[in-house]
Amino acid sequence: MSVAEAAVERPPADGEPPRRRTPRIVAAAWAAVRNGWRQLTSMRTALMLLFLLAVAAIPGSVLPQRSVKVEDVQRFYAANPRLAPVLDRLWGFEVYASPWFAAIYLLLFTSLIGCITPRLRDHAKALRTAPPDAPKRLERLPQSAVLDAAVDEAAARTALRGWRTVRREHADGTVTLAAEKGYLKEAGNLLFHSSLLVILIGVGLGSLWGWHAGRLIVAGPEQVFCNTVQQYDDFGLGPRVGAGDLPDFCLELTDFRAEYRADGMPISFAADVTATDSAHGDLGRHTFQVNHPLRLDGANVYLLGHGYAPVLRYTDAAGVTQEAVSPFPYTDATLTSQGVAAFPDANGSDKTKQMAFSGTYLPTKDGPPYLRSDHPAERNPALMLTAYRGDLGLDAGIPSSVYDLDQRQLDAGRLKKYGEPKLMRVGETWTLEDGSKVEFVGTRQWITVSIRHDPGEPIVLTGAVLLLVGLPLSLYGKRRRVWLRLRPDGSAEAGGLPRTEYPGFEDEFRSLVERWQR
Amino acid sequence: MAELSDGLLVVTLLSYLAAMLLHAGEYAFGARGRIANAAAAVPARELVGAGAPVVTEAPHAYAAPAVTEPGDGASGGTRSLAAWLGPAAVGATILGAVAHVITVVTRGIAAERLPFGNMYEFVLSITALGSVIWLGTLFFQRQVRHLGLFVMLFEVLLVGVAGMVLYTPVGPLVPALDSYWFGIHIGAVITSSSLFMVAGAASIMYLVRTGYDNGKRGFLYAFGGRLANAEAVERLSFRLHAFAFPIWTFGVTAGAIWAEVAWGRYWGWDPKEVWAFISWVVYAGYLHARATPSIKRSTAAWIAVIGFLTMMMNLFGVNIFFTGLHSYGGV
Repeated sequence: MSVAEAAVERPPADGEPPRRRTPRIVAAAWAAVRNGWRQLTSMRTALMLLFLLAVAAIPGSVLPQRSVKVEDVQRFYAANPRLAPVLDRLWGFEVYASPWFAAIYLLLFTSLIGCITPRLRDHAKALRTAPPDAPKRLERLPQSAVLDAAVDEAAARTALRGWRTVRREHADGTVTLAAEKGYLKEAGNLLFHSSLLVILIGVGLGSLWGWHAGRLIVAGPEQVFCNTVQQYDDFGLGPRVGAGDLPDFCLELTDFRAEYRADGMPISFAADVTATDSAHGDLGRHTFQVNHPLRLDGANVYLLGHGYAPVLRYTDAAGVTQEAVSPFPYTDATLTSQGVAAFPDANGSDKTKQMAFSGTYLPTKDGPPYLRSDHPAERNPALMLTAYRGDLGLDAGIPSSVYDLDQRQLDAGRLKKYGEPKLMRVGETWTLEDGSKVEFVGTRQWITVSIRHDPGEPIVLTGAVLLLVGLPLSLYGKRRRVWLRLRPDGSAEAGGLPRTEYPGFEDEFRSLVERWQR
Repeated sequence: MAELSDGLLVVTLLSYLAAMLLHAGEYAFGARGRIANAAAAVPARELVGAGAPVVTEAPHAYAAPAVTEPGDGASGGTRSLAAWLGPAAVGATILGAVAHVITVVTRGIAAERLPFGNMYEFVLSITALGSVIWLGTLFFQRQVRHLGLFVMLFEVLLVGVAGMVLYTPVGPLVPALDSYWFGIHIGAVITSSSLFMVAGAASIMYLVRTGYDNGKRGFLYAFGGRLANAEAVERLSFRLHAFAFPIWTFGVTAGAIWAEVAWGRYWGWDPKEVWAFISWVVYAGYLHARATPSIKRSTAAWIAVIGFLTMMMNLFGVNIFFTGLHSYGGV
């Protein structure tokens, strides 16, 4: 800045017409910008930013993140009602989407661009420029040698195969060979840093045009899932994705197969689905598994979890029969599952006589206590049911979980336990006090899937591959120069200069000299 | 096979413990710095000279102490013992490493898969490879033998924790791990982790040595006087880090590809991913600091130590304190 100011303030020499001067404030501002840029692109700043980035990433592993598991954030809110809103205002639950995290990496990338752009130019120039002529005094170089035997120039050039060699002939008949090697080091370094930009672009595109959704699918033709926003359990669309952009396909879960060891450890899971879409009609039967997603046009479907959905048939006192297939979420590794089967239309239109059954399903349980399943496979299924009668609270317009009874209705006494809990085996029927009957028909399988599309993926992958190519070149490459001077009297001398840290250069130079002398 | 593996783990741990104690003994009774060494060596040479066949050689023997290797010990009785402590430590390390590798291999045979399936096997594989890498380093660079104390300290702690806290009986893989990416991703992570471990030990040793050279004599720095040449250790540390970093990068990339196959996204800021990212950033910082002439080598070494701490945080901290998608088979 001081240099720029001095230049501006210097008065014009006498007699010269007064020069048009840059206004002082503009010059100062320009100097400040230039200075700031130099600071930003300095290695020290880049290192500071790298560290800030590392430190800024830590809270995202300590605090629950919405992008990872939104339920954990809700739990955190419930446990820390005072702290949570403060953290939320600081983007504590969305660290990686926060402005402060973005500020750090954007500054870092700016610094990176500022660093590699001039180097890219310099390297392009270096590639076009021949290695300079031998310095006058080769013995001053880190490596030098006076060759005793007469050196054959052609043989010397053969020894320099793989080096970029330039021959120069001087007026006094002296011939010099200047050779350089290791250009790939800088090329690799630039490739590595540029590939980080490619990755950033890919990530950005993915977040703008990508989308993901989650859905629980129960087996059976009437439970078919079609890929629309209305049918998702949860979803997130990128800012550039509209509901109409989603590929239309439908999936029906036809079978789910799980294998377990005797001790209940899972061995394999596989889901069979039939897929259809409006363009092609039937897309055929597909099997997909954990680690083997179903790849459809414009979307991938991933198997995340599975469980059981008990099927209950309820016949009310008036003889009207309804069937409910209710997926029960599991609570442990042996698939002890808990859920609710609701019959809101039971007993006519009287809302105070709606029926629901809260249950615990145990895929394998031979005897009491009926609390935990002994095995995740259905070897001897048992269903503990508790009947409830009253207003289920479904019309209140307040969203409630389909896996639990409405606690508000229970607390208010509008929904009451009806009779004692009852253990049921498949095929059994339980007759309630009012003469209505409930039959445990059996179970169906359900799976949870994640449906995703990320158009940035190929770009990110390309960036990662380029990064992996550039990194070793940059780390293991060695830039070095050697010179050989052949005088007309037959004497010869050589010199070598490692241009990067290279402890083995001496050995390489010595062996080169030896080959030259042969 | 499983019993053999479990039995050999004990042999491994005891061998490493012995190696560590022998290395410590070498620090305590071995070379005492140049001056003390030269002074103490004179009477020692007399004793040796007494047994020599020709008495006239004695003056040569008197002249010899000035060029005696620092490793050659101090006085009389302890001298011969001290001279053997270092090689004995290396011998114990070799014994431990052989037992360790067999422990891991038999474990894999017993489980009929790669022994990377749970935290116990993971830590055991890292430390086994770490020992092999350490012995390989020692083979090419004898002068860094003192580094053995730090490497063996890590080995004893990690193998001890694996055996006593993390132990898991042999079992199959959960379906989530049943993929060929399992071997690629975890293999790369194990390889780079073990390299980072030895490299981290070298960085610590370099810091101790430079601290000692700058006049620090506090705990740990007191060892400094007996360590190998700081520059050699620093260069070793850099080369190991430079070797490990691309493998780590590859391991993380392979993990991202696997994550896309298994979970539908290549990066999801799962706690394990967060800390892998942090380690990557810190080690990238180390390599940049190391390549910048204006930044002191000791600053770079501190960054490397922080990098290793983030690796340890990812190994233990994340598995114990946080729950994420990377929790499999115990702990």
